[in-house]
Amino acid sequence: MSAATTLNWTAATQTADRFESREATREAPWVKWTILGVSLTFFAVFLLMPLVAVFVEALRKGWDTYWSALIHEDALWAIKLTLIAAAISVPLNLVFGVCAAWAIAKFEFRGKHLLITLIDLPFSVSPVIAGLIYVLIFGAQGWLGPWLAEHDVRIIFAVPGIVLATVFVTFPFVARELIPLMQAQGREEEEAAIVLGANGWQTFWYVTLPNIKWGLLYGVILCNARAMGEFGAVSVVSGHIRGQTNTLPLHVEILYNEYQFAAAFAVASLLALLALVTLAIKTWVEHHAGSATPSREPRQDAAS
Amino acid sequence: MSIQVRNIRKTFGDFIALDDVSLDFPAGELVALLGPSGCGKTTLLRIIAGLEQADAGRVMLDGADASGTHVRERQVGFVFQHYALFRHMTVFDNVAFGMRMKPRGQRPSEKETRTKVEELLTLVQLEWLADRFPAQLSGGQRQRIALARALAVEPRVLLLDEPFGALDAKVRKELRRWLRKLHDELHITSIFVTHDQEEALEVADRVVLMDRGHVEQIGTPEEVYRQPATPFVYGFLGSVNFFHGRVDGGNLRVGEDLLPHAPHELDAGSEVIAFARPHELDLVPDTHTDTGVAARVMRIHAFGVSVRVELEGLNGLSGMSSGQHFEVELTQQRVAELALAEGQNVRLLPSRLKVFQRNDAIGASA
Repeated sequence: MSAATTLNWTAATQTADRFESREATREAPWVKWTILGVSLTFFAVFLLMPLVAVFVEALRKGWDTYWSALIHEDALWAIKLTLIAAAISVPLNLVFGVCAAWAIAKFEFRGKHLLITLIDLPFSVSPVIAGLIYVLIFGAQGWLGPWLAEHDVRIIFAVPGIVLATVFVTFPFVARELIPLMQAQGREEEEAAIVLGANGWQTFWYVTLPNIKWGLLYGVILCNARAMGEFGAVSVVSGHIRGQTNTLPLHVEILYNEYQFAAAFAVASLLALLALVTLAIKTWVEHHAGSATPSREPRQDAAS
Repeated sequence: MSIQVRNIRKTFGDFIALDDVSLDFPAGELVALLGPSGCGKTTLLRIIAGLEQADAGRVMLDGADASGTHVRERQVGFVFQHYALFRHMTVFDNVAFGMRMKPRGQRPSEKETRTKVEELLTLVQLEWLADRFPAQLSGGQRQRIALARALAVEPRVLLLDEPFGALDAKVRKELRRWLRKLHDELHITSIFVTHDQEEALEVADRVVLMDRGHVEQIGTPEEVYRQPATPFVYGFLGSVNFFHGRVDGGNLRVGEDLLPHAPHELDAGSEVIAFARPHELDLVPDTHTDTGVAARVMRIHAFGVSVRVELEGLNGLSGMSSGQHFEVELTQQRVAELALAEGQNVRLLPSRLKVFQRNDAIGASA
């Protein structure tokens, strides 16, 4: 998850090349092939096969069935709801992530460690619990339930609940990506900008943001993928009302439980496609981030 | 513009970075803040710039109290040790940054900006690098760009934080001379922080020596080198030999040995520490007297104009595995006269000794 490890695969490839090409550092062939064999088999069985299966199953009854499953009223609504949830939660977590990373990387304050730890809470807690938390707070029997009912505000079993659950679950992505990045960059460039007369906004816009933009984009992509794919937490708060509170993953489950396998896999293939697109964009971003930040402190050579 | 700091105090937790420091930096001078790491010199510089807030005391720019003035209104140019160039901008945009960030009313037109940037790049002799990115430059080039960027906003003072600290020895020397030349052209009040005594002595009009949050001595390079005011300054500027001893009549008793010296201002019997530079010591053959400090020749470096001899003290160190280390600089001729050889026992005789009364906290480890 950390940018430092994920963004540097070009360097890793070069190291591997170097090790491979030299007699002195080369491993025995059987070691190489055993390790390669194990990892490739694992990859094929646990990753590639399911992915292929999704598309095969989706198209088993032909394109017509596939297509009609996708343009079914309920499916379209699920797509729309999924997009709404992502469209609200991603920008929210973008703003929060930048603020949190900024606060942690650039300031010293009490409770900093607590904040860093708490940011990870959505990763460490089961999504079901995350959903239940909101039911306990906003549900009919929850803390705010009676008050909400009085004012005719529906959160649980309605769109706001789904958005809240999605926000909670995708909370850490942007912040986790930016914190190590901003900590590594320090605040010297910002200080330089301020001394040169830039105000806070100018400093952020012209100095900080360009430096973190690839990490930020990376975080947003992961955040978006999770927002669209979240099942557990959303499942608890949604109530599974078809055509009203069903997101794509929930719709897949309903179809599956009703033995409409082809339709279920058709919708699932959409999510799988989304995952593939996400991976493609992620790779592209990594590539750009890699070339945009050449090694930060190359030691100087001769002047002029 | 002149700068005064008055009674500046700054602590980081339990650590006292600056303890009641007051200094005057006259207009147009190039002053070096010199001291070992942790002596508070960088903190002082950052307080003058406004990047750090003093716990107590005032900073006066041109006689006006600047303590409450925001960094961006102080009109200081700041050069960072690690350049802090904006890595996603070209050299040109880096230098233009300060001008482009000005409020709408004061902002120069894009054409004026261009002219000014080109002027500055010419000044730092790097006009051909305008379209490069910082990562494509060498360290020395980066620091010159950083300087051009700082000068672009026409600062009233220029503050440089270990500007050559991250460069290799050869580039450092070049840039040092170049900075001096630049200062002679611009005459902008400048303060630069360094831990390199050679750099400070060579470049600055005036040197401020600091240690543990205190100012130890202020003076021209010659003054501080020739007349060190404290043991710390003596030890910090150049290599030095020191002797712990006691005043004994007209002599200094160091262990069982005597050094001829008459520190008339010191009472007999007082504990002292005496310093001598390597060229102020002579070697004489050991003739079983107690005049001169006994030592053994460990190593002779005969490759220079003069010969450097490393010795190990033999005095009163029976319990220790190795004695005190001494360094002596002799002429080739003198070495030939003595027929010096490694392992030989000799005695050290100073031609000049600087004697300080000994008190507890003396940092004479250089």
